[in-house]
This record gives sequence, structure tokens and C-alpha cells, in this order.
Amino acid sequence: MAKKQVLVACGAGIATSTVVNSAIEEMAKNNNIDVDLVQIKIAEVPSYEETADLLVTTAMTKKEYRFPVINAQSFLTGVGIEDTKKRILKELKK
Amino acid sequence: MSDLVFDESVILLDVEGETDTQVLEIIAKNLVNHGLVKESFISAIMTREEEYATGLPTAGVSVAIPHTDVEHVIKKTISVAVLKQPVDFKIMGDDSETIPVQLVFMLAMDEADSQLVLLQRLMQIFQEEDTLKYIIRQTNKINIKNLLEKKLVSIAFEGGEK
Repeated sequence: MAKKQVLVACGAGIATSTVVNSAIEEMAKNNNIDVDLVQIKIAEVPSYEETADLLVTTAMTKKEYRFPVINAQSFLTGVGIEDTKKRILKELKK
Repeated sequence: MSDLVFDESVILLDVEGETDTQVLEIIAKNLVNHGLVKESFISAIMTREEEYATGLPTAGVSVAIPHTDVEHVIKKTISVAVLKQPVDFKIMGDDSETIPVQLVFMLAMDEADSQLVLLQRLMQIFQEEDTLKYIIRQTNKINIKNLLEKKLVSIAFEGGEK
């Protein structure tokens, strides 16, 4: 299985993405999945257009990408977090 | 990494505003007055909120976590503002919807990647309905300071994160 590139993005690329990034890192480790995590600002997503496999973000994306986008707000509120984790894991295992 | 500034000067009670912008301005100006952020922080935080909303539909009490780029920050702090009346903020990741926010945590972060533990602890608080409800009930800043210091700041003071 090729290593997946996962973009973790928020508006500033410093606060919420930091928390989400760490959560995914831990999840991948627990599931023995090698993943290339890239923490960025949402505005930087287009430069990863060709290489990314998944975008996990707390910011809104109006644009359509060739990779799936998962909303990570639940990592901040705790509401629905298990469901979000399952969805991310499913993408990582593809 | 500079130490986190967290005392009564960054805790505001009974903040009154009609709009999210007014509320943000009051909180940000207070940080400017205390020399914790640059003057430019005020407009930066309002612009950022407009572009990337930070309202969170947390259980019990909705919160907002406005923040902006590190270049506007002089000293790292988390400003806590209890609003007199709930004010509508757009929801993070879905700005077609708003939620009535009662509690604002304005983050002034001075370095990317250096505050993971602090932020994780903050997000943990967002998941504690009782803690959020306790904070908005307080009429004395000391109570809020003591509680949050225990839950949030102690680890930063101990230098436990980097």
C-alpha cells in the first residue's frame, strides 16, 4: 500500500490543524499505517492538488478536489468524533 | 517559546456587543492595551473571522476560538471573554450557519506547532459541558483564572511541552 499524503488544514495553519494533525498521527500509529501528514493553511491546498490523497480540514472548502475532503470540526467539539475517525481511517486504508 | 500570559487582565466578564465583530474588537483591544499583541492584531483577527469563522457548536455552551497569524502576537496568551448576551458567530467550516456564542477564547499564539498540548487541553475543555457552564456563571475573574490555570496552563508553566 502506497503511503498516503494527508493534508491537514485550517485557516491559519497554526491552531486547529495542530490538534487535528496530532490526532490523525496517533490514529495512524495505532493502526500501523504509514502516512505523510502535511499541516497547512487552507489557502495552500492547491499546491498539493497533484499529490494529496485526502484533505482533513476545519475550514470550509468551496472548491472541489480530486481527493476526498473530511470535515474535522468534531476533533474540536468532541461531537461525532468517532464517526469522523472512522471515515478518516477508511480513507487511509484504501 | 515564550511563556503563556494568563491572568485576570486577559479575562473579561459581561462583554457586550451586537455582533461578532464588535465582540472581537473589544477583546482584541484589551490585548493591545496590555501590550500582548500588536495594534494590527485587531483588524487581522476580524478579517480572519470573516474569512474562516471559528464558532463551535460545543455541548451546552457554544464557544468561538478567534485567532490569527503569529506575526501580530507579542506575547502568547489565551483571552477568555464571557459575553453578557449570546452573540451569533458563524460556524467553523460551515459559514452558512451561525450559533449563539457565550464564551470566546481568543488565541494569541506566537509560534506554529509549539502549543499542541495547550490546544489539546483547550479542546478537552470544550468537551466538558459542566466546565463551560461554570465559566459563564462566574462573577469573579479569579475563579475562572484558577480553574483554567489548573486545567490548561499548569503544563505550560511546567514547560511540559517543548
